[in-house]
Amino acid sequence: MLLNLFNEMRAAKVPVSVRELLDLINALKHNVVFADMDEFYYVARAILVKDERHYDKFDRAFAAYFKGIENLDQHIEALIPDEWLRREFERSLSDEERAQIESLGGLDKLIEAFKQRLEEQKGKHQGGNKWIGTGGTSPFGSGGYNPEGFRLGEDGKRQGKAVKVWDQREYKNLDDQVELGTRNIKVALRRLRKFARQGAEDEFDLSGTIDHTARDGGLLNIQMRPERRNTVKLLILFDIGGSMDAHVKVCEELFSACKTEFKHMEYYYFHNFIYESVWKNNLRRGSERTSTQDLLHKYGADYKVIFIGDAAMAPYEVTQAGGSVEHWNEEPGYVWMQRFMQKFKKLIWINPYPKHTWDYTASTSIIRELVEDEMYPLTIEGLEEGMRYLAK
Amino acid sequence: MKFSGTQSYVATDDLKLAVNAAITLERPLLVKGEPGTGKTMLAEQLAESFGARLITWHIKSTTKAHQGLYEYDAVSRLRDSQLNADKVHDVRNYINKGKLWEAFESDERVILLIDEIDKADIEFPNDLLQEIDKMEFYVYETDETIKAKHRPIIIITSNNEKELPDAFLRRCFFHYIAFPDRNTLQKIVDVHYPNISQSLVSEALDVFFDVRKVPGLKKKPSTSELVDWLKLLMADNISEAALRERDVTKAIPPLAGALVKNEQDVMLLERLAFMSRRTNR
Repeated sequence: MLLNLFNEMRAAKVPVSVRELLDLINALKHNVVFADMDEFYYVARAILVKDERHYDKFDRAFAAYFKGIENLDQHIEALIPDEWLRREFERSLSDEERAQIESLGGLDKLIEAFKQRLEEQKGKHQGGNKWIGTGGTSPFGSGGYNPEGFRLGEDGKRQGKAVKVWDQREYKNLDDQVELGTRNIKVALRRLRKFARQGAEDEFDLSGTIDHTARDGGLLNIQMRPERRNTVKLLILFDIGGSMDAHVKVCEELFSACKTEFKHMEYYYFHNFIYESVWKNNLRRGSERTSTQDLLHKYGADYKVIFIGDAAMAPYEVTQAGGSVEHWNEEPGYVWMQRFMQKFKKLIWINPYPKHTWDYTASTSIIRELVEDEMYPLTIEGLEEGMRYLAK
Repeated sequence: MKFSGTQSYVATDDLKLAVNAAITLERPLLVKGEPGTGKTMLAEQLAESFGARLITWHIKSTTKAHQGLYEYDAVSRLRDSQLNADKVHDVRNYINKGKLWEAFESDERVILLIDEIDKADIEFPNDLLQEIDKMEFYVYETDETIKAKHRPIIIITSNNEKELPDAFLRRCFFHYIAFPDRNTLQKIVDVHYPNISQSLVSEALDVFFDVRKVPGLKKKPSTSELVDWLKLLMADNISEAALRERDVTKAIPPLAGALVKNEQDVMLLERLAFMSRRTNR
């Protein structure tokens, strides 16, 4: 009974457990509702969903179930137009073609070629847009693929970005020695601190001693307790290189502030978006990589995760397998992001671009949806807001 | 026992069903929502409609879970022992019952409101898991188990300042009081002020929703603010015409202080008003 509904919920990543399912069945047994779709919906929601941010996912899964659609994933796949799955872009970034373009005469020609491709792509986008908009189930967000937004903000920059990656320039590690201007950031980060007593008992506990002495009827009973320590664990992932170069200084400040503020802090780098591997040392990014899967296993769910990146890239870098501008990725980036969202309870994305520009970039909207809207600008206010969410 | 709202409380269908499911299955109901949408009111109205006693446990940042069960006043026992008082020999004299104990030992079914649970320490809900699940707890000092005679109806409210642990959430039913739509608001106003003129309400609702739509407000006015504001409008005998002329000169609605509680928000409204006046000129 209701098992399919339950599975549908799990598939849509609504966090439901068997206990809730039993509760729901029990509720039906007690005739809390009978033969009324709307009422069943309300009761199911009250029992299965424990947080209003899951309401949307619940609604989608509920609708999908009662439309008799077996699987939400297939549903989504079906809604993505075929054209999207074609990889015009990376093919144009392949070695031969690069050589070809270079032989054609460098950047100007390259831009022309790209523009041509873009024209082609735009046509397909509009077709795709409708589908995604009305379906409402796509992880890519409605209205995210606005061709206008593309053309205005992105064209020139995107091409520039790709060329940079081709050049395989070495990025230097983010410097954590920068002290100037980090005070403000530190104050914001301080919100995150959470003190708990851990370890050996080596501190005299005055009120505990009084309490126990009183309980024992006046015989002195000395109490010790462990020292208070900041127990917040932090995992930070930096987008590095490419379009992030402009923000290196702010990020360095942020990084430097984080380093001194937290004991448990791990950091990794990625380029543009998270795929199957990350790295710790930018000079050896080619040779020393950590598998993202390992990262997910190594750090417990109590780690708070912060992504720092401009989230400005071509949408297919997020949505497509093989979408990365640097290498061939077997699984699309959004799958990796979903794994992060599933594993870690608290995850935010900090974006150095001002908030009002986010809507102009399709990929920013997509990523924003992926991280469930927990994207904050890299300003003191944004940081504070983000930290408040992480600390909740 | 079925809850269907009261004369002074408008409950939407989804709220009613969530409440009834929680009552039938004897589970606590966790209620969230914007401040001022009637979360605490719900428990009071439940008590009224069932004629049951309401026990309220207000949570503060310093509240500990065991305070809801009982507290052992060891210090006064120590003092009594120095004074050689007789009651020092029975530990029961020094155990102060908490709200949960009070609710458990009641002879009839009571409503227990645990108000603003998110104010407490992050471990607070975890410390109450067993008590809420089994509705019983153990008193170490007297070696006895306190078990609920009648499982109380538990309403828990949260303002979303802290996230609650999963294990706790699994034991609760959940309802999010969404901001009421215009029709529901109209009903709420009717319930509170049956004699108010309909055109005034309609004008006031227009203004109210306009203010809610202003982007960037720190705290949007909610139901309780609307109700207070209407009371002021009626007390001041402000006519609906005064509300209607808001667009040109008097850009801030009359008595806006009841709607907007934040200095910055008032500034924001004034600035918007100033700008609209300039464009109208």
